[in-house]
Amino acid sequence: RKITFEKQWFYLDNAIGHIYGTTFEVSSGGNLQPKQEVEETATETKEAGTDNRNIVDDGKSQKLTHDDIKALKDKGIKGQEIVQQLIENSTTFRDKTEFAQDKYIKKKKKKYEAVITIVKPSTRILSTMYYAREPGKINHLRYDTLAQMLTLGNVRAGTKMIVMETCAGLVLGAVMERMGGYGSIIQMYPGGGPVRAATSCFGFPKAFFDHLHEFPLSKVQSLLSGTFTTETLPADPEENALGEEESNGLSEEKQNSLQETEEEPAAEAPMEVSPAEEQDTVDINAEDGEFKENKEKENKENVREKQIKQWERRKKLKEAAALLREKNADGLIVASKFHPTPLLLSLLEFVAPSRPFVVYCQYKEPLLECYTKLRERGGVINLKLSETWLRNYQVLPDRSHPKLTMSGGGGYLLSGITVVLEKGRPDSEALKMEEPASKRCKLQDLPC
Amino acid sequence: MSFVEYGDTIKDGDTAIVFLGHESMFPVKVQHGTVTQTKYGVIRHSTDLIGKKYGSKVTCSKGGWVFILHPTPELWTMNLPHRTQILYSTDISIITMMLELKPGSIVCESGTGSGSLSHALIRTVAPTGHLYTVEFHQQRAEKAREEFREHGVEHLVTVTNQDVCKNGFGVSNIADAVFLDIPSPWEAIGHAKSALKAEGGRICSFSPCIEQVQRTCLAMEEYGFTEINTLEILLRVYNVRTISLQIPDLGKAAEDNSSAGFDSSDPSHQGSPCANLQQGTVQFKSGVPLREVVGHTGYLTFATKS
Repeated sequence: RKITFEKQWFYLDNAIGHIYGTTFEVSSGGNLQPKQEVEETATETKEAGTDNRNIVDDGKSQKLTHDDIKALKDKGIKGQEIVQQLIENSTTFRDKTEFAQDKYIKKKKKKYEAVITIVKPSTRILSTMYYAREPGKINHLRYDTLAQMLTLGNVRAGTKMIVMETCAGLVLGAVMERMGGYGSIIQMYPGGGPVRAATSCFGFPKAFFDHLHEFPLSKVQSLLSGTFTTETLPADPEENALGEEESNGLSEEKQNSLQETEEEPAAEAPMEVSPAEEQDTVDINAEDGEFKENKEKENKENVREKQIKQWERRKKLKEAAALLREKNADGLIVASKFHPTPLLLSLLEFVAPSRPFVVYCQYKEPLLECYTKLRERGGVINLKLSETWLRNYQVLPDRSHPKLTMSGGGGYLLSGITVVLEKGRPDSEALKMEEPASKRCKLQDLPC
Repeated sequence: MSFVEYGDTIKDGDTAIVFLGHESMFPVKVQHGTVTQTKYGVIRHSTDLIGKKYGSKVTCSKGGWVFILHPTPELWTMNLPHRTQILYSTDISIITMMLELKPGSIVCESGTGSGSLSHALIRTVAPTGHLYTVEFHQQRAEKAREEFREHGVEHLVTVTNQDVCKNGFGVSNIADAVFLDIPSPWEAIGHAKSALKAEGGRICSFSPCIEQVQRTCLAMEEYGFTEINTLEILLRVYNVRTISLQIPDLGKAAEDNSSAGFDSSDPSHQGSPCANLQQGTVQFKSGVPLREVVGHTGYLTFATKS
């Protein structure tokens, strides 16, 4: 299968059998496998200037022309050698400071030496990748915010979690990874079915899906009021754009030094379940590519298959409903495009007392309202509205400084703990809790 | 109760968290016949706690009440007895994700310190993973062992009392991840590398000062670690407040204020707009940053062995 990535295309056949973290170089159409460590191109005679007082920008420092460079490329010469050529033909290179020389080489390497590293999918890789490439699909949930959610929600093996997300299944995947196949998850979904495009990138073993349930949001009210039946199912799910989702987040190159390692799709890795198979067992949207091929087959079989599917869905729905009815879930994670207040007021009913819950929202204002409404409802304590900032650093000898700061755009969290709700009593806690500016324990004496 | 398993009811020997209201809480060891004093009065363990559900309201002798919460690593972090400077949940959460920890992971940690991070690591790698933690201070190592026993997680953790910079982690080629929170992490990078699995793994080092980070990065590069990345994470907490701002008196009549194209009250707010007008104020909800916030805890340097 042909894969396109960062203006390159290649086949993955050659990558099979290598360990994760192997770096590959792209040749015309296939993968070569270069060594792990590329020997540094030793710039002969380490000459360098001290400052740029005599360097004039006349646009003529590079003696090779565009056409020359193109000719080199067309000959299929190694990128490394092109870079060497460029350096030798740069009149100002020797006058540049050592740092500037480093920078020059780095820039050219980036352009002419394309290397790709294939790594194992994980929450770290996938959440970083989605935030960089498809932030809209995950409601701009930054990866450090996702990390907070997993910790604040005390997500771990053996719990019974309720997850409501519209983040392409990324949050679900993150929760599944942390639970390691122990315990159960009930995913609440809007519309016709849960979207799990990102979930399938993780390449979870089949067993992880045995205790993954789904329940339609549109049935929550009837479940709470006790009028729930399985007679009417939500409309059949539309195709979710799995194909498209997959192709945009395939693999990532590693520009020789480091920085942007990214995942490669679970589907390509050896010992993986192919997505098609996986979808069959996991997703209730069975109607995907496979199905189309079967179209020539008799219609009868079609109908029967549909009935079996219908029956299976109904069974799964009953199971999920039973789990929810126990109202003893160990936590609630919400990260969706919907207004959080109604979701929370309803879904918290299914959570046992003394359990954490976390709500993500791209904006602060809805969470302000949610906070107030939860106070009125009672049954929750330790409510906290928070946000994290993340700052990356460049650390090099004599050249250390912050890279870029990301603030805002990572979203906000409202977290808290459930307690036994005393029916029929107005929330007297409000008086006690709403005292002004709580004194937080200060961080004292940083050991420096 | 255990830190790796939820229990419904409070039992003798449990560690529970007594919640008094807005972020004031303390841990308590539940024992028959014991009493605990709070500002709302006395809690008698035998009658007030044992057998009750976690999350219930407990009325104390003076008629005041508290909530009793099930312990979690996060609540423990807020309440543990400090023997050293500790890591807080904000840093812990990014460490856990960036080290790719999950059930079954084998982790090495040094130093154990007050065990704040240790509890979170154990929670994440349970039930099949293991934590090897190294602490060179004998008393602290002992204390940590005792705590792990009390919290029902001793089967998931091994505490070793030695100097990690000299003697390493006491294990080799078995770890998926290594975490360092010591004054001179660069001296332990070699040991970290040999503790990690042959097929690779992740490493993280926490240091408050940039000079420590620089030396650590150099050491990591020397030992062939890749994907070296340093970051810092900061938490901002907001208080939810209803704010009212006064409308300046520009000499207009009161009823003109609203017709001047200025919406002087939020319709969703319960206060009557007329009253607001008379006082000449505008009300709105706001998330107000706390006056004092943590500005810096430390730099986190991550890298991969492959």
